[in-house]
Amino acid sequence: MILVELMNDVAPEVCLFIIPVFDNDMTSNSLRGPYADSTEECYGQLQNYSGLEYVKCCSLLCDKFTFLEFSISHSQITRLYSRFTSLDKGENGTLSREDFQRIPELAINPLGDRIINAFFPEGEDQVNFRGFMRTLAHFRPIEDNEKSKDVNGPEPLNSRSNKLHFAFRLYDLDKDEKISRDELLQVLRMMVGVNISDEQLGSIADRTIQEADQDGDSAISFTEFVKVLEKVDVEQKMSIRFLH
Amino acid sequence: MEGAELAGKILSTWLTLVLGFILLPSVFGVSLGISEIYMKILVKTLEWATIRIEKGTPKESILKNSASVGIIQRDESPMEKGLSGLRGRDFELSDVFYFSKKGFEAIVEDEVTQRFSSEELVSWNLLTRTNVNFQYISLRLTMVWVLGVIVRYCVLLPLRVTLAFIGISLLVIGTTLVGQLPDSSLKNWLSELVHLTCCRICVRSLSGTIHYHNKQYRPQKGGICVANHTSPIDVLILTTDGCYAMVGQVHGGLMGIIQRAMVKACPHVWFERSEMKDRHLVTKRLKEHIADKKKLPILIFPEGTCINNTSVMMFKKGSFEIGGTIHPVAIKYNPQFGDAFWNSSKYNMVSYLLRMMTSWAIVCDVWYMPPMTREEGEDAVQFANRVKSAIAIQGGLTELPWDGGLKRAKVKDTLKEEQQKNYSKMIVGNGSLS
Repeated sequence: MILVELMNDVAPEVCLFIIPVFDNDMTSNSLRGPYADSTEECYGQLQNYSGLEYVKCCSLLCDKFTFLEFSISHSQITRLYSRFTSLDKGENGTLSREDFQRIPELAINPLGDRIINAFFPEGEDQVNFRGFMRTLAHFRPIEDNEKSKDVNGPEPLNSRSNKLHFAFRLYDLDKDEKISRDELLQVLRMMVGVNISDEQLGSIADRTIQEADQDGDSAISFTEFVKVLEKVDVEQKMSIRFLH
Repeated sequence: MEGAELAGKILSTWLTLVLGFILLPSVFGVSLGISEIYMKILVKTLEWATIRIEKGTPKESILKNSASVGIIQRDESPMEKGLSGLRGRDFELSDVFYFSKKGFEAIVEDEVTQRFSSEELVSWNLLTRTNVNFQYISLRLTMVWVLGVIVRYCVLLPLRVTLAFIGISLLVIGTTLVGQLPDSSLKNWLSELVHLTCCRICVRSLSGTIHYHNKQYRPQKGGICVANHTSPIDVLILTTDGCYAMVGQVHGGLMGIIQRAMVKACPHVWFERSEMKDRHLVTKRLKEHIADKKKLPILIFPEGTCINNTSVMMFKKGSFEIGGTIHPVAIKYNPQFGDAFWNSSKYNMVSYLLRMMTSWAIVCDVWYMPPMTREEGEDAVQFANRVKSAIAIQGGLTELPWDGGLKRAKVKDTLKEEQQKNYSKMIVGNGSLS
């Protein structure tokens, strides 16, 4: 049983709430509550939660003020959590790469492996719900950010710049903030399969780097990447709209 | 002693009632109208419950509950449009946007994996198992729910279990007895009688209400009947209205006993597990069966696995290569009264049957459709797709080209290669592929 008491008339900058939450294995119901008297502390304490209690906390906070890293409504978060649990065949609160590969439409996507990789931070093989949401947040439509008035906070994950950085990381295999000719070739090879010869692919890569490269290091840095794509409607191409 | 006598009296009265009201009418195919009254009361109760729930929940949650709409707005444009491509455009760094967006859309919501779990209901039907997001609405609703639990578990469940037990035992005994007779029209008539009676008893044991449409197209002897597959109950539903020859693997245990008994009374086609792998052998035996016009129509489920009754998935071409007339049948369950889908990875047969018997009822529509045959110049795959479309349209189901086998198996690499080929054509264009 989750008991919640939200102080209704308190200004959004200060929240004071008591939520008994379950342990991660959801069997015991020990009374631990985040008890904060400032938003930073609220948010800080949320970092420790995962799984269902995270969902409940998020849902409650969403009703009161725009959420932390990504503006998302109560119903959307519960739907995503239900999707997360249906993908989690091992029922241990985390997803592995195999869980993603079980989605047929993702498995046939030429860049499927790179996309799956984006969910897993360096060296890890499991992603929890928070990480799942964090990666999905890149695809929120940009206009949702107008609701957020947190000017001093970190840039939201779905800003134009962060979306571009996400795409940049799909190419940047070794995470050195540069797309080398080799990396571009590898990603191109993933997209075209066996249908184009090495020479032709090589010339495509060379041309692309030549057009983008401005500082002459035969690689594309993030700034150069942004410059090449300045006319592209990133908002429309890299956003997924929720229906409600 | 008194207690035992009393218990004995109660048991015998109970059995007489069951015999009189349910078993005898089943033999003659007559209905006394008890189940109709039950269904009427049930429908009224559920309508009342829906109205109460809608009044009780805040507006936005109602929108959320329309599961059929989907979570996200999917961009169904093909690759050319998505890549803002005319043929022959060159590769651009932004091409990766299209693939990543498609990938993320699939992660949030895909067409295939949702078909392997039960459909979400638009409004709660007072069963705990379908309660996704329970909010306490009112005392009255909770009271009705408690009453429902008592009725389902204490009144209906024992009755249904008794009926199922009687039905299956009668089937085994009846078919074994009939099997002793020499082959004659009397034997066939008796075998039909036994089958139909036992199936009707079993259907009543699930409180099944079935509407058969277009009975004039009922599958004829010497044909093949194909239908969409949702659960093993499909067989029961179809055989209540006519006798079929079943095709399937030989099982052990209770299923095996039933299978062996049934085959004595009329010729079904059961295969050993090893024989199933040999497609030619299977095709040969089936061909022999339909060549004999006196034999009952074969019942086949070309999807090969249970799907959740919201869509029809790829029909395997094997059944369509045999030749002969295909009689398509569409089966659609009404999920409001009970979820008929068998999620075999989650529930085994016994727990599935228990879930069936503790639902309100099994309500479904069966549409018989005009027979179809393979046309000139059509190969088995195209024919299978044509039949699949017809069934999907009739039953109001979505049609998917995906293989039901993806429930357990990985997707084939050829599909990914197709995507890669399409993309390659776009960025090189004008036929200069190597």
